Order: sequence, then C-alpha cells, then structure tokens
Amino acid sequence: MSASNRAGIRHGWRLGLVVVAMFGFGFALGPLYDAICRVTGINGKLSGEVADEAAITLVDESRLITVQFVTTVNGGKPWEFRAEQSEIQVHPGQLTTVNFFMRNTEGRDVVAQAVPNVAPWNAAKHMHKTECFCFNNQPFKAGEGKDMPVRFVLDPALPADVDTVTLSYTFFDVTETAKPAVVLPQVQGYQS
Amino acid sequence: MANAEAHHDHAHGHDDHHHGPDKGIMRWIKTTNHKDLGTLYLIFAFSMFFVGGLMSLVIRAELWEPGLQFVDPEFFNQMTTMHALVMIFGGVMPAFTGLANWMVPMMVGASDMALPRVNNWGFWILPFAFTLLLSTLFMDGGAPAGGWTMYPPLVLQTGEGFPFLIFAIHLMGISSITGAINVVVTVLNLRAPGMTLLKMPLFCWTWLITAYLLIATMPVLAGAVTMLLTDKYFGTSFFTASGGGDPVMFQHIFWFFGHPEVYILILPAFGVVSTIIPAFARKPLFGYDSMVYATASIAFLSFIVWAHHMFTVGMPLAGELFFMFSTMLIAVPTGVKVFNWIATMWRGSMTFETPMLFAIAFVFLFSIGGFSGLMLAIAPVDFQYHDTYFVVAHFHYVLVPGAVFSIIAAVYYWIPKWTGVMYSEFWGKVHFWLSAIAVNVTFFPQHFSGLAGMQRRVPDYAVQFVDFNQVSTIGAFVFFIAQFIFIGNMIRCMAKKGEKATQQVWEGARGLEWTVPSPAPYHTFEDPPKVNDEILGFPSHGKAH
Repeated sequence: MSASNRAGIRHGWRLGLVVVAMFGFGFALGPLYDAICRVTGINGKLSGEVADEAAITLVDESRLITVQFVTTVNGGKPWEFRAEQSEIQVHPGQLTTVNFFMRNTEGRDVVAQAVPNVAPWNAAKHMHKTECFCFNNQPFKAGEGKDMPVRFVLDPALPADVDTVTLSYTFFDVTETAKPAVVLPQVQGYQS
Repeated sequence: MANAEAHHDHAHGHDDHHHGPDKGIMRWIKTTNHKDLGTLYLIFAFSMFFVGGLMSLVIRAELWEPGLQFVDPEFFNQMTTMHALVMIFGGVMPAFTGLANWMVPMMVGASDMALPRVNNWGFWILPFAFTLLLSTLFMDGGAPAGGWTMYPPLVLQTGEGFPFLIFAIHLMGISSITGAINVVVTVLNLRAPGMTLLKMPLFCWTWLITAYLLIATMPVLAGAVTMLLTDKYFGTSFFTASGGGDPVMFQHIFWFFGHPEVYILILPAFGVVSTIIPAFARKPLFGYDSMVYATASIAFLSFIVWAHHMFTVGMPLAGELFFMFSTMLIAVPTGVKVFNWIATMWRGSMTFETPMLFAIAFVFLFSIGGFSGLMLAIAPVDFQYHDTYFVVAHFHYVLVPGAVFSIIAAVYYWIPKWTGVMYSEFWGKVHFWLSAIAVNVTFFPQHFSGLAGMQRRVPDYAVQFVDFNQVSTIGAFVFFIAQFIFIGNMIRCMAKKGEKATQQVWEGARGLEWTVPSPAPYHTFEDPPKVNDEILGFPSHGKAH
C-alpha cells in the first residue's frame, strides 16, 4: 500500500465523518424548525400554549378585530365538531370566551387531540389562550358530546394591518397513542 | 520506501495487478477495477431506464383519453411515484457514477479509483436496493403511491411496502455516498503530477462538486425517511400534527436534500457537455475558470433555494421573496455556462457527429427547461403553476434532454475508447433525430396543458386537454422505441462489430484518456503520466495559471 493510497483512505474516513454529521444535522433540523417557528410565531407553534391572563390589562377599544373559527376533523372521522359562532368581533385586550362543541358519533370510546393554528402568521404570537380544549387530549365516550370553552385575548400589540384573525382547530384521533400532545409550559397565573 | 515496496510485492500474489480480468461471473462480482465497475453501473442504469420507461408508458397510455382506460387510479399513482424513484435513483445517478468510474481515473491519470473495494460495495448495494423497491409492486397495498417526494401523512398510508421503500432509499443513499467519497478522494489525491486543480478536466470538476453535494445532502434524506419510519412504526411524532409534529417540516427537510439533488442530476451533465463541445468545435473551452466558478456558485446557491418547491404552503411574504430572488440568482451562473458553450462553438471548425448533436441539443433544450424554471421561480405565478403539468414539462426538459441526453452523448463520445470499436454513425444520427423530435413532441405540449390547469399525478383530466395529451403520448412511445436503436448500437460496439477505433478517436478530443490505446487496457496509468497544456486541451500560449 503506497503512501498516497493511505492518505486516500484517511481522506475517505474524514468524508465519512461528514456523512455522519450530516445525518445528525437532518435530525437537528427538527428542533431547529421548532425553534424558528417559536421565535417568529409562525406555523401555530405558539397557539397551543397557555397564556397568562393577568399579563394583558389594557383594552384597545379603538380597534375591532374579526376572529373567525374553523373546525376540521382529520382522517375522515364522522365526528361532529363546530364552534358556536363562526365569527366574533373583539377589541384587542378584551378577554373573550367562545364555546366549541364536539360529539363522538362513533360506537366506541375515543381520545381526540385538537391541534390549533392561527392565520395570518403575524397574528399568531398575539393570540393568547388562557383556556382551551387543545391544551390536553380529550376523551369521549361512545356517543358523548361536550361543550368546550376557549378563553382567549388578542394582544393590543397585534400588527395594525391585521383586521381579521382566523383560529382553526383540527381534531385528530389519538385513541391508540393517547398522550398529551402539546407540551405544556407551566405559566404563572394560569387558571382553569 | 523499502517497506512499502515489500508490502507491494506481498500483495502482488493476491490481487490481479498486471493481469487481465478473472473469468466468468466472479470477475464482475469481485471486481475492484474502475472500468469494470463503470460498465456495471452503466448497464444497471440503462436497465433501470428501461424499467422506469415502461412505467412512464403506463402513465402515458392511461392519459391517452380522459376517464379511466387501463389502470385504476391507485396503480396510476404507484406508477408516477415509482417512475420518478427508478429514473432518479436507478437511472440518472448510477449512470453518472458509471461515467465517473470509467472516466475520472483516466482523466486525472490515476490507475484506479482511490478506494476500489468501497467502489465494488457501492455498486453491488444497488441491485439489492432496487429489488427491495420494485418488490413493493407485488405487496399488499402495492408500491408507494404518494409521489417520489414521500410527503407525510399521505406516504404513511403506504401498505406493507412502506419499510421496503425506506430501506431502499437508505441503500441508494449509501451507494451514492460511497461513489461520491471515491470521486472526491480520487480527484483530490490521485491527480497526475502537474495537473493543478485549475488544469483538471471540467468533467472532474463538476463531479467533484456533485460529490460534495451528495455527501452533504444524501444523509439528510436518510434522516428524513428514518423519521418517517419511526413515525409510522415507533410512535414518534416528527411529522404527526396530533403529536406536536408538523408535516410541513418534512417538506423543508426533504427539499433541503431535494434541491441540491436536482443539481446532483445536472452538474455532471454540464461536465460532459463542456468536454464534448470543445472536441467537435476544435477549440479550447471558452472561459474554463468561469465554468468552474459558475459550477461552484450553482452548488452553493442550491442550498438556499429549497422552499421554492413549496411556495404554496403558506410561507410569510419575506420567505416567498427570499426564495424567489435566490432562485432567480441561479440563472446567472447557469447563463455564464450557456454563454461559454456557445462562445466555444463560435467560429469553431464544427462537425456534427452524434455526441456533438446530443450536446448541442442539450444546450438548446436544457435552456428551455431553465426558462420554464425561471417562470416557476416567480412566487406569485407559481401559485397557478404549482402541481400542474407545467412543472412536469419543466423538470422533464431539464432531466430528459438535459441529464439523459448528456449521458447518451457521453456514451457515444467515449464508447470507442471503452470498446475499441466505432458505433454506427448512421444509426447514431437516426437515434438522435428521433429522440430530439420525440422528446419535444412528448414534453412541449405539457407546458400548455399545465398552464391551462391540468394537474399532475391524476389519471383523469378535463376533456379540453385531450389533444395535448394524445400528442404527448405519441411522443413518449416514439422516444421509448427510439432508444432501442441506441441500445443496439452500443451492443454492436460491445460485441466488437464495426470499424476499429483509433487511439485519438475524435480529431479535436483532448485529455489523458485519448493518450491510451483503444480499447483502453484493463489497467491504465500504472505510472503517472506527464501532462501539459496541449494534452489537456488548454490554449498553449497566452494563458497562465
């Protein structure tokens, strides 16, 4: 084995290390993606979090924002899922409660998890929820229906160009994996 | 170096140094010879082109008329998915690796690839990978049908074939990474004395950069598909929204691999064309250095444009703008390349043998694919083009008359060196004209049907698209049949029937590969050759490095 060949094999191993590092980088992209979404507030990553009700005291009565509600059931499940109102008008800073209703129309018990999202993207970090059925997974007996209140407040810092905010929920069937989906940071002042 | 010499003598008894190849099938299984492996890669690639081509004919036959003709929608979707996977990972990539195996050592004056056993392993993984992948066609739930991009949650609905898909991707990844490592090490360590980096043939340059792209991105794809596997079978939630994951994240990770991948498929083609055009224009390549820098720029840009594949996911405006402008920026180094090819031909003493015809067709038709790419880069209009036949037309223009034409050109150009026999120029020209016309008949109408709103990956379509689709289907069948002329022509060379090739083969060809006899002996450049500007095809005066 000549000297240049030995150098070649060393070079090959070094490139192999790059391959391993890039494989790890692929997995690191997951947390990185989460972090970017959190910092920028895009992609609904924040809307599953419990907000501190006491933090916002100022009500901005000069603005009236339309909040629309969208409800979806994932994977062709026959469940009934709707918001009591399809939209509501609120002032930023005004604490509002909206009831959502879901009925499990199947003949079996299920556990469902709602995943929230907020549009437009720049409104997402200004939508604070103090109570939401999306914070935990929701068990439903066969045929059971539940009213589920969502308490939210829009931050007065909501960008001026936003006059309509859409809050959407998608219910997923998690009966088989049933575990809390969204990790809940414990925020002081949280009341259920 | 007495020690090394002794070691060398000791090894002498074991390997087949200085001998011809072994006899029989074991020659091919055990071979570590770059020429044998190059041949194996190319034969494998062309077998896969055949399989993937048959799948495309199923698609085109089904699209002859609206409504369902021959296959059900589920099988149709399996065909579109498998056609892409087979053509990309089984056809184009192994074909370029095969060309690299044959030509890179001969071009840099090395006796073999730097890591010959890794090379053998890299090739022999491939038949297993594609056995896994193709076997899914016969399984419960059929082959993967969610598109080659494997977006979750759709891909998670694949039946029993799902783990086979994932492990096939893993194996293809390992194979191309080993090939890439071999190219990098060979090019950087085994160049003949006097061949500085900026005297290296452009095919080696483009392959070197391609190899880095492969090393950087194939492991990311392997990671992404591993996450799919654990999401489906081990309860993780990387891409499962109900578990806190995000399916859109898969798209980001996939295209972080996927966009460099499209340059993996085209950069070696640039190298081939940059080799062939000077040979038949009988002029040195115009702007050699700018070609190298343009290639490197394209490779760099390829890492920061990935989200232009997903303009419609609901990105913030700033994201749309960034990815739009960075994508358009790629047109600049690509334009440099096209300009240089044309400038190379300018006032050259051109002749139009088959490799040159394919190379010129490449420049012309690849540019059309580039222009439709620019149209797709415009984020606001991409909302209309997204997932239509316009996209299909775009990437088939850059892949078929782009990558595939360059592979065909390369085979015509170098097969006299490989086999020692000239191919039939007459049948080469027949093959060229049939291919060049049929490829346009196939894909050009797809621009129109796509702009008018015909969706991709759907077996049915609105009646107003019938004419365009029938033209397209006729073109596809003619193109497929025309390739048998090529296969026949190449088999004729391999059977050593035909006019004997000279050592030089082409009057204007330059490079170390033309300094060895035709056919190239089993072992070449056991001793490093001497190089000078004349041999390498650089202008011998007025230019200093």
